[in-house]
Amino acid sequence: MNRTLHAVYTEEQQILEVTRESRERGYEIIDVYTPYPVHGLEAAMGLKPSRIPIACLIFAMLGGGLMFLFQLWTSAYDWPVNIGGKPLNSAPAFIPVTFETSVLLAGLGTILVLFITSRLHPWKKPALQDARLTDDHFLLAIRQTDADLHPELAKELLLAHGAIEVHEVVDGGAA
Amino acid sequence: MGDQMSGPNVYSELRMPLVDGNKRVGDITADICRPLEGRAGPLWWVAFLTAVTVLGVGVAAVGYLFSKGVGVWGLNRTVGWGFDITNFVFWVGIGHAGTLISAVLFLFRQRWRTAVNRSAEAMTIFAVMCAGIFPLIHMGRPWLAFFVFPYPNTRGPLWINFRSALCWDVFAISTYFMISLGFWYIGMIPDLATLRDRTVSKFKKKIFAFFSLGWDGSMRTWSRYETVYLLLAGLATPLVFSVHTIVSFDFATALIPGWHTTIFPPYFVAGAIFSGLAMVLTLMLIARKTMGLENYLTSRHVDSMCKLIIGTGGIVGLAYATEFFIAWYSGNEYERFVFINRALGPYAWAYWTMVSCNVLVPQFLWFKKIRANLMIVWILTIFINIGMWFERFTIIVTSLHRDFLPSSWTYYIPSKIEIATLMGSFGLFFTCFLLFCRFLPVLAMAEVKGVLGYARGRASTENGGSS
Repeated sequence: MNRTLHAVYTEEQQILEVTRESRERGYEIIDVYTPYPVHGLEAAMGLKPSRIPIACLIFAMLGGGLMFLFQLWTSAYDWPVNIGGKPLNSAPAFIPVTFETSVLLAGLGTILVLFITSRLHPWKKPALQDARLTDDHFLLAIRQTDADLHPELAKELLLAHGAIEVHEVVDGGAA
Repeated sequence: MGDQMSGPNVYSELRMPLVDGNKRVGDITADICRPLEGRAGPLWWVAFLTAVTVLGVGVAAVGYLFSKGVGVWGLNRTVGWGFDITNFVFWVGIGHAGTLISAVLFLFRQRWRTAVNRSAEAMTIFAVMCAGIFPLIHMGRPWLAFFVFPYPNTRGPLWINFRSALCWDVFAISTYFMISLGFWYIGMIPDLATLRDRTVSKFKKKIFAFFSLGWDGSMRTWSRYETVYLLLAGLATPLVFSVHTIVSFDFATALIPGWHTTIFPPYFVAGAIFSGLAMVLTLMLIARKTMGLENYLTSRHVDSMCKLIIGTGGIVGLAYATEFFIAWYSGNEYERFVFINRALGPYAWAYWTMVSCNVLVPQFLWFKKIRANLMIVWILTIFINIGMWFERFTIIVTSLHRDFLPSSWTYYIPSKIEIATLMGSFGLFFTCFLLFCRFLPVLAMAEVKGVLGYARGRASTENGGSS
């Protein structure tokens, strides 16, 4: 039987330590909820670095590449217009717009990827309805897989690190 | 960003805490949300109604312009760009400090930026909105403004000229606006969630819930969020330099003496940041007093910004000197004439206003005593704002008003409509800014919480600090 436990802390240091130790003990860390990004917590949770930068690069290349080709096509092929005797394929003059479009697509694309991967969208209900978590409290959600053997062990660990409250969530909780 | 070595809790005798008053994390939420939760004070109403009235004057002026045409402006055949483009460049420049503070200082790990980044970003967005109005109304037939975008049309399709600096400008400004808006919004999502959880009003709760996108502070989301924030900062940094570079190309690619120079891009970018920092201080020194944010925006923050003003002001001063030197050194008589005419001609008053406000005024900031006197700093920033407006006026009008043909020399005087339009843009700016102060957190709460432990040097777990 698996148990999901939610433990609430008030200090940054406590959440860092308890997360690290829970992970070392082999409890599955469902998530940690914090009012601000706590430095070192990603490492404590064992999170891998995000791959969003790759998406950003792809969007940038897509935006820049397509816009450059578009400028070339409109200026030199679709309707060539002689402007001040400049060459029709005046590539250096296409660079500013190419650059701006790369930045635009990369920026908006990255934001979109964040929304999709983190499932952020309007009318979404937050996973936990606890006003303290966006104020000054921290919450650790763990799944205890050896609950049959040591039903109280995890709870003791959570309390030892100064949890102000620990509750068991039956339906899997925030996961 | 995940690396503990340079975390916010570095302790050094030389570093001063970023937040005064021995605040705890919860105090930050309470202090920053408090002004949004009560009723607006009389001071806010007076300021807001004034701003809206001035905006009304501007709207009337623009309405009159649309009904009569650009003839209601003081422009003539010699001076084809006047207040319209001056105001455009001025406002775009104001916006640049927002991106500098939010993106460039972020990349340089200047943690003091957390006290001002939110409001500076808001300022960027409102300033770019003000800026965007001017090229639009300057077009003469603004209802055809969509012609600036390349869209399939029934005229061929006839495409826009991608070799024109004005076309680059369209892309630069619109990209800048959208990326700044995205950056601002992304930075605000966690704070909107805080407001959603705090607010009692059902209506407000619905709005905040909608815009906070179900944010719950999950560390998995925070981790991606911080990556995205870093990426956006990395994108916004070259963007901000490109935007004013491209704005300067509007001039530099023309053959007008006084405009046709290679110094323009760096000169414009430095000037933009210089003016923007002055505007940030002008606004934030008032906001900190009226909203009681003295513990968050401390005199040390003001000190850092003053130093940036000295630096960028120095670049601007150097650019003025270099322009003069090159005009002489080029041996080009037209170039020489333009600069002598700037300093001694009919617009000498504008030129010397610019020099005294932009070169002399910042020199006061070398003195620590003056930097610590916030009232004097505030007055100096007003002068810098004025000086930077005159810089754009000088560049545009003095280069045009005496062209190659002496028979077409003339003097440009703005009409009342132009002055009303400039006023109206300030009205728009302050209306937006006051609404922002009233309904959104002026400080990035989640970011300030993250730097709370900075330089407090506590080994204990108190106040979220660690050693």
